[in-house]
Parts: sequence; C-alpha cells; structure tokens
Amino acid sequence: MAGIPHDHYEPSTGAEKWLHRRLPVVGILYDTIMIPTPKNLNWMWIWGIVLTFCLALQIITGIVLVMHYTPHVDMAFASVEHIMRDVNGGFMLRYLHANGASLFFVAVYAHIFRGLYYGSYKEPREITWIIGILIFVLMMGTGFMGYVLPWGQMSFWGATVITGLFGAIPFVGESLQTWLLGGPAVDNATLNRFFSLHYLLPFVIAGLVIVHIWAFHTTGNNNPTGVEVRRGSKAEAEKDTLPFWPYFVIKDLFALALVMVIFWAIVGFMPNYLGHPDNYIEANPLSTPAHIVPEWYFLPFYAILRAFTSEVWVVQIASFLTGGIIDAKFFGVLAMFGAIVVMALAPWLDTSSVRSGRYRPMFKWWFALLCVDFIVLMWLGAMPAEEPYASFSLIGAAYWFAYFLVILPLLGVIEKPDPRPATIEEDFAAHYGDADSKSAAPAE
Amino acid sequence: MRQTIDETNQLPATERRDFLYYATASTGAIAAGAAVWPLINSMNPSADVTASGTVRVDLSGVEPGQRITVKWQGHPVFVWRRSEAAIQAARAVDLDQLPDPVDEAGENPNTSGEEPALDENRAAGEDGEWLVVIGVCTHLGCIPLGQDGSAVGEFGGWFCPCHGSHYDTSGRIRKGPAPRNLDIPPYDLGDDLQLVIGT
Repeated sequence: MAGIPHDHYEPSTGAEKWLHRRLPVVGILYDTIMIPTPKNLNWMWIWGIVLTFCLALQIITGIVLVMHYTPHVDMAFASVEHIMRDVNGGFMLRYLHANGASLFFVAVYAHIFRGLYYGSYKEPREITWIIGILIFVLMMGTGFMGYVLPWGQMSFWGATVITGLFGAIPFVGESLQTWLLGGPAVDNATLNRFFSLHYLLPFVIAGLVIVHIWAFHTTGNNNPTGVEVRRGSKAEAEKDTLPFWPYFVIKDLFALALVMVIFWAIVGFMPNYLGHPDNYIEANPLSTPAHIVPEWYFLPFYAILRAFTSEVWVVQIASFLTGGIIDAKFFGVLAMFGAIVVMALAPWLDTSSVRSGRYRPMFKWWFALLCVDFIVLMWLGAMPAEEPYASFSLIGAAYWFAYFLVILPLLGVIEKPDPRPATIEEDFAAHYGDADSKSAAPAE
Repeated sequence: MRQTIDETNQLPATERRDFLYYATASTGAIAAGAAVWPLINSMNPSADVTASGTVRVDLSGVEPGQRITVKWQGHPVFVWRRSEAAIQAARAVDLDQLPDPVDEAGENPNTSGEEPALDENRAAGEDGEWLVVIGVCTHLGCIPLGQDGSAVGEFGGWFCPCHGSHYDTSGRIRKGPAPRNLDIPPYDLGDDLQLVIGT
C-alpha cells in the first residue's frame, strides 16, 4: 500500500506471533495509531478527535436513554419528563445527549471550514472529503430525527415543516411525503420510524468514520502548508513527520480537555440555552407555535431554503423555463440541498494548484467572507421571514453559491500565489526553530 | 486444424457464459427488488391509519356564528356555521381580487373539477351557511388562528401567525405569502346535519 514510509508492527512474543498469523488486528491498530503525521499541524487539526469523542458520547448516552424512553405519541413526552425527573441521573444523561449534538455540530463546522481553508479537499483527498460530506448529511438527518423524539411542540412542527419539503418535489412529492410519514400527517408511525432510524444512523456514521480515517491514512494528513510529506525514504519522511502516538494524541487530548471545560459548563449551568422553550410543551397537532425555528446548527441552510421566494427573479425564470414545475417552494428545497452539493464538489470547482489558503492572497479574503456569510446566514435563519431579513438571506445565499461556483474556479486562474516552503521541515523550522540546533541557540 | 476447432468451440462458449452472467444478474436484481419492496411498502400508511380517514360529526348543536375544529387524518378541519354577514362578505368579492381565483380538482374534491373560487362553490348548501375547510395554512403548514373568534385577520376568516397570511370568510387567501386558498376536504353534509368528512 502506498503510504508514508514508516516502521510497521513486528510481533515479538510467541502469543503475538500466533495471533498475527491468524488475525493481524494488533498490526492494524499499531499502524493506525503510529501513523506518521505532519509535525506542523496547528490547533485546527484537533476537531477530528473532538468529533470522535462526540460520536462515542452520543452513542453511549443514547443507548442508556433508550432504556427509559417510549416511542409512542401518547407516552413519548411523558417518558422524557420521566427521564428528567425520575430516572437516576437521567436529566444529566439527556442534557449531555442534547448538548452533545450541539458540540458535534460546532466541531464538524470547524472541521469542514478547516478543510476549506487549507485545501484539504484537493487531490488526492477527494474521497476523504466526499465521505466527510456524507457523514455531515447523515449527522443532519440523525440530529433532525432525534429532535422529534421528545414529542414537544418544536419536535412536531419542525418535523411537519421539514417533511413538507419533500412534498414540494414535483409529481411524486405528496406520495413521497405520505410514505415518509406513514400517514397523512406527522403521527405515531412517523415517531416510530424516526426512532428506528435515529438509533441506526449513528452506527452507519461510525462505519463511514472508519472509511474516512482509512482514506486519509492512505493519502496522509494534509497540513497548514499544503506541502506533501516527502516519501522518498523513511529517513526523509521522519524529517517531516512525528508518529500520531504519543505526540498528536496528547496534543489532541489537551485540546479536548479545554473543549470539555466549556461543554460541561454549558451542560451543567445552562443546559437549555441552545434549546427552545416551546419543546417543553407537548406536541399538539391543532396548534402551531408562533415561530417555528430549527436547531441552531440547521439555521444557515434553513435561511437558504427560505431565501428563494416567488418574487426572486431566478425563481421566476426557473418557474417559466420549466412551465411551473419548479415553483418557489421546490426551488428553495433545491437550493438548500444544492448548498451542500456545491460544497461536496469543491475538489473539482477549485482550480488552484496551491492547496493551502495560507499562500493564496486573494483566496484568503473570499474565504473570510464565506465564514462571515455562514454566521450571518445562521442569524438570518432564526429571524422571521420578513424584510429586511429576506433580502439579506438572498444576498447571503447568493454568496454561498458564488463562492463555490464562480470564485473558486476563477481564483485559480487569476490569483498569483505567494511562495511556499519546499518542505514541511523547512516550515516547521521557520516557526519553531530547528530542533537539532536548539541546544546551541536557546530559542524564542 | 486445431485452431479452427478452438475457434468454433470458443464462440458459443463465450455467448453461453455471457448469457449465464446476464441471467444470474437479472435474477439477482429481481430477487433483491422483490425482497426490498415489502420493506418499502410497509412504510406506507397502515390499515388503521387509512381506516381513520373517515370522521362523523353531529353538527346539530352548533349555534349560528360558531366555529368548531374536528381532527381528520391528523389535520384540523375548521367547520364554521357562518353568520349572514360573513356569507355576504364572502359573496361580495370579485374573482379578480383573489390571489388564487381557481380551486383545482384536488383542492375542492366536492366539485366536479376545476372551479372558480366563488363562495358558492366552496360553502355547503344553497344558502352557504356551512363552511368546511382544512385548517392548514397552504404556505408552510401552520395552523391558522381564528377558530375562537379572535385573531381572524383583516378579512374576517383566519390569520396564520407564522408568516402573516390572511384568509377571508370563505377560507380564501387574500394577503400574505400563502399561495393557495385553504383546501376543502371531501365531505358530505346531509339535511340531518350529520357531517361525514372523508367520504
């Protein structure tokens, strides 16, 4: 297998040799944990471990919560209150699970934008990127369905609005929506299937995470310079890298500890800050909350969904060209899913041969604007659908698409990149001093 | 000589093998489809959900001007015994004042097909005393307010609090983002005031 040259596992004792001949599981674990890792990775490379932690946290707390939860429209809300009030430590398990979802999305957005800035999606890491986007989409599905389970008002009406999106698909939409819901409206059949899928999908995600790690262990990690690790020989590779254990494990765990301080402060002292009070009212199909808002992590995409109303000229053109098949509602749905699709296509839309944004003077500014755009869209998604928010949403959504479809392809042609270091070793030495000469010249 | 034998033998052998590949693949695909279909179909509405598609309500106790809400297929149905003033207001409206002047066949199953959204076509009976509409905003599916007589909106019918759609006394959209008039369920209202929704 083509990879960075490094030492492989050699079974030494008799028992190890016996096992290794039959099942090389220790060898696989050893090679995974000792993988040569670029030694210049910065703090934005810690989100992988945070995400792994989140997945484990969600699966473990989720399995225990299921032991106390009842997926039935008459009992779901009461069973969640039972968890909150009667189950020993149940409130803490539920708050960990609910806020764990928020931490999961904080980490995944940081991880994705890290990849977008340092060009981690570029050749040869397209598969890692695509798998990552798949994981992100599954996370959104899992998060959405999990939010329905407590059967509060936001659960019910969020489910109604989001499944209503499928009803906007021409011709098959209504049948598809009925099939998804298992009836004409969100009801017990919907709750049961969402429960089933909410339990299933995290394990699918876990499988994809293994493929994700496998893919970037094959290509090697990207790094802040975007310059590849030298692979001519083991000695050369060792100048650019350090083994994942212990160097990066300790660094990542330190970062995780800091993240945990904030996370536990939120779980302990403000566990409902990111939730909606309306979800502590039991679902009522005959009464809508005044303001239906999705969870914060869906807001940027929700803003894009709502931005394309029937007054927008692109919507009118699309409607005219398709003879009314694409109306404003369907256009909004296409835009929301399209916003993720263009992100997935970044490896082929970005024409620049320079990987890292660090050496791309123009790209830097457009990327910063994309980050601002994402946060502004998040704010707009929580605002009522009226002026001036509607116009701002449209501008924000337009920039999101422009960044991927126009700016990334053009920048590669017109931008003059800054000089890059020849090797990771050179970059590392410039930042931290040369390790070999440290004793001679006391650094810093 | 040997070569010609090989050639004559090989050609049919290849075709035979291709046939076996295709036959196996087709059988596999059909078997997989046959196995998956029951799983997909099981997610369609079950028999009890489908059976709850008909609801009977006795309207004889409803006073003039009173509005009641009936749950049908998981959705609220607004039943309104309208006052003379409300009927007059609904019938005084010209079609060109309506954002949605036509009710398609599916939007009002009680008519024979596509009809103008006149109150005469939407209300029940000659005098149009009874109005029966599905209480789901056609914008994003919220439940409009107005059943308790307050927050009826600018046109006296219903008002959707989510994005500000106003419906008139015939359940027609008059102002706001909703694209269509409130849908009308299939129903039957006999002289004995027994309302059957979902006939």
